[in-house]
Amino acid sequence: MTYELLGITVLWTFLFGYLIVASIDFGAGFYSYYSKATNKAHIIHNIVQRYLSPVWEVTNVFLVFFLIGIIGFFPDTAYYYGTALLIPGSIAIILLAIRGSYYAFSTYGAKDSHFFSFLYGATGLLIPASLTVVLTVSLGGYIVVDNDQIQLLYGELFGSAYSWSVVILAIVSVLFISASFLTYYAARANDNRALELLRKYTITWSFPTIIMGIVVFLLLSKRNITQFENMLDIGWVFAVSFIAFVAAVVLIWKRQRYGTAFTLVVIQYFTAFFGYGVAHLPYLLYPHLTIYDGFTNESMAIALIIAFVAGLFLLIPSLYLLLRLFLFDADYVQGNK
Amino acid sequence: MFEYDPVLFSRILTYVTLGFHVIFATLGVGVPLMIAIAEWMGIKRGDPHYTLMARRWARGFVITVAVGVVTGTAIALQLALLWPNFMQAAGHTIGLPMFMETFAFFFEAIFLGIYLYTWDRFKSKMKHFLLVIPIVIGATASAFFITSVNSFMNAPQGFNIVDGVLTDVSPLAAMFNAATPTKISHVIITCYLTAAFILGMIAAYKILRGNKHVYHKKALHMTMVSALVFAVATAAIGDLSGKYLHEYQPEKLAAAEWHFETETEAPLILGGILTEDNEVEYALEIPFALSILAGGTPDTEVIGLNEYPEDELPPLWVHYFFDAMVFIGMYLAAVSALFVLFNWQNRRNPLRKLNPFKSWMLRLIVLGGPLSMFAIQFGWIFAEVGRQPWILHSVMTTAEGATTSDHVDIMLWIFILLYAVLGVTSYLVLRKMFLHNPVEHELERRGIPYHTVEKDVES
Ligand code: HDD
Ligand code: HEM
Ligand code: HEM
Repeated sequence: MTYELLGITVLWTFLFGYLIVASIDFGAGFYSYYSKATNKAHIIHNIVQRYLSPVWEVTNVFLVFFLIGIIGFFPDTAYYYGTALLIPGSIAIILLAIRGSYYAFSTYGAKDSHFFSFLYGATGLLIPASLTVVLTVSLGGYIVVDNDQIQLLYGELFGSAYSWSVVILAIVSVLFISASFLTYYAARANDNRALELLRKYTITWSFPTIIMGIVVFLLLSKRNITQFENMLDIGWVFAVSFIAFVAAVVLIWKRQRYGTAFTLVVIQYFTAFFGYGVAHLPYLLYPHLTIYDGFTNESMAIALIIAFVAGLFLLIPSLYLLLRLFLFDADYVQGNK
Repeated sequence: MFEYDPVLFSRILTYVTLGFHVIFATLGVGVPLMIAIAEWMGIKRGDPHYTLMARRWARGFVITVAVGVVTGTAIALQLALLWPNFMQAAGHTIGLPMFMETFAFFFEAIFLGIYLYTWDRFKSKMKHFLLVIPIVIGATASAFFITSVNSFMNAPQGFNIVDGVLTDVSPLAAMFNAATPTKISHVIITCYLTAAFILGMIAAYKILRGNKHVYHKKALHMTMVSALVFAVATAAIGDLSGKYLHEYQPEKLAAAEWHFETETEAPLILGGILTEDNEVEYALEIPFALSILAGGTPDTEVIGLNEYPEDELPPLWVHYFFDAMVFIGMYLAAVSALFVLFNWQNRRNPLRKLNPFKSWMLRLIVLGGPLSMFAIQFGWIFAEVGRQPWILHSVMTTAEGATTSDHVDIMLWIFILLYAVLGVTSYLVLRKMFLHNPVEHELERRGIPYHTVEKDVES
């Protein structure tokens, strides 16, 4: 494996980590607002709070890790994406800022404000929408580069069916991933009313998710044929993803083994996400930037990788401790602690 | 009003974001240490007041962390958006500490989550105390790593540029550059100092408002003793920072001191104004002091501004910011020293009969809170503006580092609005949080007995 590949694999893995933990968080925000608005707050509010409170800050760090990591490993991305994405990037920052701080305000400060939970719910859907712009742009055709000026073509971006379908896919995925996790969490907590409601949400969002997945795939053939064909070449990966999806939905439908079902959802997204990523290589920004010409120098690469391995030694035990105390501790989950 | 210039707007927006972030970041670095000290005292002395102190501070801390985290995320994105050329260069050279900083964040975030929700979960109090240690380490490590990036901007090293191409990069040499030791230690110690004064300010304010509970006196005593230690260290390390500047960025030191001619036995200039033809008027001059600050002896030769081409000099108004920072440093040291002396019940202490809880003393302490925060701002403005026109000293100018994108101006207004809203709500939330749940109620609820001390409050 070359340093370039190693670097992008590490970063892609963390982005995947963000995708899962942030989806749970974003979706939870939306459900908790939605259930308040429809007077079902008492049913799922506790579940959402018990899970989110200790982990929300960790979620954010996954994103920061990806951002800083990509600048470390591929400094040229700062130049290309930085210049082009000033506006969408800033919008994402603002939404993240509102979300993070108002979550803390409402959880630790003010008691149950309707406005705070509205902000929390709404940003939960808007943030994934604005972040996916980056993925869309990376496919090429939305940025022009002429003598040192880099510009984002807003007309192209907002006028394209592809970019909108990706946005919708992102939103429904957030709702699906989140619901399937919270179903599992509610099952562990022995909270049957919450479980029933969340199970219903999971099933509701499962079909839109898979349909949007297929729609995006088909539209991709018009957008970037190389990427499309690369993905067809590794079609088995997406087949695995599909099977995992079906198995997850069947388990939840049959009210069996919610933990396994959630793991299957993670596998579904893992395979699809990495399949997409592999097909995207070697481009970071099609066709301007590849992982090879944007890579940092060798000594920096080695230093970053050493730091990364050392960091994992610190991180994995701490994450394990966090999970043991708040996710795998049945007493905590059930609210006895 | 003026023509659209992306460089200018990027500079302003960077300042607004960093200036806002650093308020919360400073508390984020300093407050965990104070929490740790309080919890430790609670265990060692078996005094539930200190434990409650740690508990209440931790609760307030979460709010400042939240704003610190979101503004920090904003900077991380903004640096890439506003300074793409600089970040490209930085990624190649100083990416390592930035990357390591994210591990520090992870570490801190994980243990903060655990710490907050496990107060009553362990049988042994010591176990819970151990959880605060990673938070202190994580917070201080964040400051360590990010400040080493900033040191690199002041004293870039660890690479070569041959025909415009970067070669021989050594990430460790870049990280541990000439500015690193003084910069990092000064930044970290001032974070501690500021946190101690802000918490001391709250206690002093409560007592001043007529609250006689011993809880506040204990808090005030603890924060002031810590503040004294940190203030003395701040001044000592500040002095070393001056020596660093003398060696590596003499133009910054000269600009801070309006020092034009290269000479020995240079005086230190306090305040004053600068006339059209660079004459200093109405200033207080301390003979030899600049030479001593720069090199330790009066006969140190201090390089003057006249040695530099006009277009490589920072704006000279940084002088006032430097002076204000140093003045505040002296003020904080003096106030905390007075309080500690008055309160020190040793037979040989001649001042022990004086009441440290007199209202004038408390007022001085309250004033120290905002002043310490201003000193942080002033210090950064001095350090960053004093580096101009360079973004990477002698390697890349600020204008070369900036984005060429349109619309930076709109972003500036939007972010100012965002920070205003965040600032105001976090203030309101913090106020509400503590007003609705005053110490007395919480003591009663937790069944902690009330003790009195010998000296009474006089207000
Ligand atoms: C509570 C805040 C505070 C206080 C009381 C002081 N400082 Fe400071 N100072 C800072 C907060 C600060 C800072 C915000 O942390 C800076 C900005 C950049 C940096 O490296 O630290 C700084 C920078 C800074 C620099 C520039 C370093 C550089 O650009 O590399 C010097 C020379 C000093 N300080 C010297 C002093 C002296 C002699 C003080 C006398 C007591 C003093 N400071 C008090
Ligand atoms: C947190 C406290 C900080 C404050 C208040 C602060 C303040 C400022 C100010 C006032 C400027 C504008 C200078 C000018 O253009 O005249 C500036 C610029 C800048 N600072 Fe800092 N700074 C801080 C820390 C840092 C750190 C730790 C870094 C490094 C990662 C950094 C990176 C930059 C960059 C890239 C610029 C833009 C280039 C420039 O104008 O020099 N700053 N900052
Ligand atoms: C000297 C100035 C700075 C200090 C002392 C500082 C310190 C901190 C601290 C302590 C936190 C954690 C918030 C908390 O736990 O309270 C934080 C958050 C953050 N800072 Fe700064 N910071 C500084 C400047 C910067 C700069 C220039 C950057 C940009 C590279 C930056 C990036 C971040 C990020 C991304 C976060 C959020 C981390 C997360 O998601 O948990 N900081 N900073």
